[in-house]
Amino acid sequence: MAVKRKSDSVKFADLGVSQQELLRYYGDMLLIRRFEERAGQMYGMGLIGGFCHLYIGQEAVVVGMQAALKEGDTIVTSYRDHGHMLAAGMDPKGVMAELTGRRSGYSHGKGGSMHMFSREKNFFGGHGIVGAQVPIGTGLAFAHHYRGNGLICVTYLGDGAINQGQVYESFNMAALWKLPVVYAIENNRYGMGTSIDRASARTDLFHRGMAYGIPGEQVDGMNVLAIYEAGLAAAEHARSGQGPIILEMMTYRYRGHSMSDPAKYRTRDEVNRMRTEHDPIEQVRHRLLEDGANEAQLKQIEGEVRDRVAEAAQFAQDSPEPDPAELWTDVLAEA
Amino acid sequence: MATEVLMPALSPTMTEGKIARWLKSEGESVRAGDVLAEIETDKATMEVEAIDEGVLAKIVIPEGTEHVAVNTPIAVIAENGEEAGAAENIAPASRAPQETPVKAPRPSPPPATSTITQRAVPPETEYTGKTRTMTVREALRDAMVEEMRRDDTVFLIGEEVAEYQGAYKISQGLLEEFGARRVIDTPITEQGFTGLGVGAGFAGLRPIVEFMTFNFAMQAIDQIINSAGKTRYMSGGQMSCPIVFRGPNGIAARVAAQHSQCYASWYAHCPGLKVVAPYTGADHKGLLKSAIRDPNPVVFLEHELVYGESFAVPDDPEFIVPIGRARIARPGEHVTITAFSRMVKLAMQAAEELQKAGISAEIIDLRTLRPFDVETVVASVKKTNRIVAVEEGWPFAGIGSELAAIMMEECFDWLDAPVKRVAGKDVPLPYAANLERLAVPQVEDIVAAAREVAYR
Ligand SMILES: Cc1ncc(C[n+]2csc(CCOP(=O)(O)OP(=O)(O)O)c2C)c(N)n1
Ligand SMILES: [Mg+2]
Repeated sequence: MAVKRKSDSVKFADLGVSQQELLRYYGDMLLIRRFEERAGQMYGMGLIGGFCHLYIGQEAVVVGMQAALKEGDTIVTSYRDHGHMLAAGMDPKGVMAELTGRRSGYSHGKGGSMHMFSREKNFFGGHGIVGAQVPIGTGLAFAHHYRGNGLICVTYLGDGAINQGQVYESFNMAALWKLPVVYAIENNRYGMGTSIDRASARTDLFHRGMAYGIPGEQVDGMNVLAIYEAGLAAAEHARSGQGPIILEMMTYRYRGHSMSDPAKYRTRDEVNRMRTEHDPIEQVRHRLLEDGANEAQLKQIEGEVRDRVAEAAQFAQDSPEPDPAELWTDVLAEA
Repeated sequence: MATEVLMPALSPTMTEGKIARWLKSEGESVRAGDVLAEIETDKATMEVEAIDEGVLAKIVIPEGTEHVAVNTPIAVIAENGEEAGAAENIAPASRAPQETPVKAPRPSPPPATSTITQRAVPPETEYTGKTRTMTVREALRDAMVEEMRRDDTVFLIGEEVAEYQGAYKISQGLLEEFGARRVIDTPITEQGFTGLGVGAGFAGLRPIVEFMTFNFAMQAIDQIINSAGKTRYMSGGQMSCPIVFRGPNGIAARVAAQHSQCYASWYAHCPGLKVVAPYTGADHKGLLKSAIRDPNPVVFLEHELVYGESFAVPDDPEFIVPIGRARIARPGEHVTITAFSRMVKLAMQAAEELQKAGISAEIIDLRTLRPFDVETVVASVKKTNRIVAVEEGWPFAGIGSELAAIMMEECFDWLDAPVKRVAGKDVPLPYAANLERLAVPQVEDIVAAAREVAYR
């Protein structure tokens, strides 16, 4: 069993990632960033209600992981799910319309920010109970194993969720039955207002599978290529029948836990330092310019992203609320 | 082009707030993420960040202003390089939702109501084929065997279901026939294997999750209700979870409080689940087969003290009993007695006693608790004008309480006596043999209740 810690930067060229692909990652991360900024604005305008957890700062994690997956691999995560859905290829219009609680939303307005799904994109939610998605993801992996279809499940969880008992119940079963699952811990250092060192006896979370013989690796979660590289290896590990593997993505959320976060538990300095020194999007931007991409290419991507987000925001405001009769639908499937 | 900064809603309940402090002054340039102002909401003091970069061209609402309504313009940001005067040339930020209807993505659904009662229960055809006498234990096993032969996606998972052959010997022979791929011993890890089952169900498999007893399912109830029960609704019908949660429920014999509880009303409370609690061998078999084929999560409540009872059970592998129909276990004239699971047996015995006293009791075996067969019970009470609701569980907010409410709503003018409940006593179940007997409904309690409502 290997438990390694890795945080130094990856030599991108060695990974065989073309400039074309890097441009795509840039666009995908930027889409999430701009989408979330817009969601935050719309929340401020009262167009989005309830709990709304933004993914700003963590974009590299889902974009890097998604690039490492194959068609048919399944994904499940918590309530901080907008980035995962966009990375999985779900339509920003449908996601935003769900945030505004409209009938064109992915859940027809009945799930909201925290509860969306796409069978087509193999995205299994969007779960509001901290940690509950972990046995569920283990069950998705169980189904891959049962069917022998060579696919894997990526189960995302937070540094707060890692202390739920059901996580270890899942680790045990996944290791026992060699289920094809990658547990991607998004360590953004806080569970709501509780910093990791106030919540976890040991803060190196990639060790958490050790008792079950599950290998773990710490990854620079602000670096999309480091994530892609670790993700490829982890996916290969799970796919090849060696059982589960843990990736601890060292990441950071710039915004509050949800929209009603008074942000008294960390300093603005800390946030600014992460933003200016480690921003995942800026890193790729620099890399691209160094590698000879030109400003015009980037401007074009930025323009496309801006248009897609504007279109999603408009769509989400124009779409009508659900038909009142929808109150009673979808409780049970017709037998 | 300049943009307005609007007073943001910073919590789910905020409608107005106070501008506590401006941290940038007019003319200062700002970057995305810079704090512009501090705002006091109904809950806390929060910071407002700039979304784009530019110049703070104008502060519209000065600091110290209270009761600023959400969505009021509080400042103007001009793009970098823009004249300060650009503040005059403002693109108004979009505000209230505009209801320009787009084409509905799916047609309006037909009007419907709650799933407490079933909308369309398939008819129950009378079985005239061959039967075999067997125990409930064997009937349950046969149901699983037949469904597993029929559908490779069906599998059984739980503690001691495979090599041990079932803690209560329900899964005898399954491992031998279907192998370890489909008959899976788990660690003692209820929340884990329940959640795993739910995930497998979302992925299109049909898990049968066996709880050694339902007492232990309390460790997993979040996965049953929040994950299995609610996801279909929360996904707008996209996700299904065809899963059966089964195992013994209710009391056993002298195992005391933590191992003796009826969960019928807990699960029956929840939309998104179906709940079944049969008594006869045929119903155990037919309803378990229906539960396995059902596209929804089904909580299937068995009873340890019923496992060993023998009944004539249909032999035909196509025999099923639809979920959602009660069964008249014994027709009668003077009083309706409802029961489910083991209490049906006691109710039948009580009916014999009552007959001796000249009271003809109609026994209704509810079988399914959600959806609830209101029709059958109401029809019976309209005939007998009296009802006794029997259950093993506690009375408060129990199935009997629900029946009392249904009677008020549906049968008020037909009742000749108040609804009477016979339920377990409102205590954790005691160990001592005499106390245990006192805590659980007995035949004589049912007889006494029936005589009370019959005034005889
Ligand atoms: C079982 C449960 N307990 C508490 C909550 C409330 N809650 C929602 S998110 C959260 C913090 C989780 O933090 P983490 O797992 O680190 O994820 P992050 O928000 O950082 O993405 C809490 C306590 C919940 N939703 N579910
Ligand atoms: Mg966290």
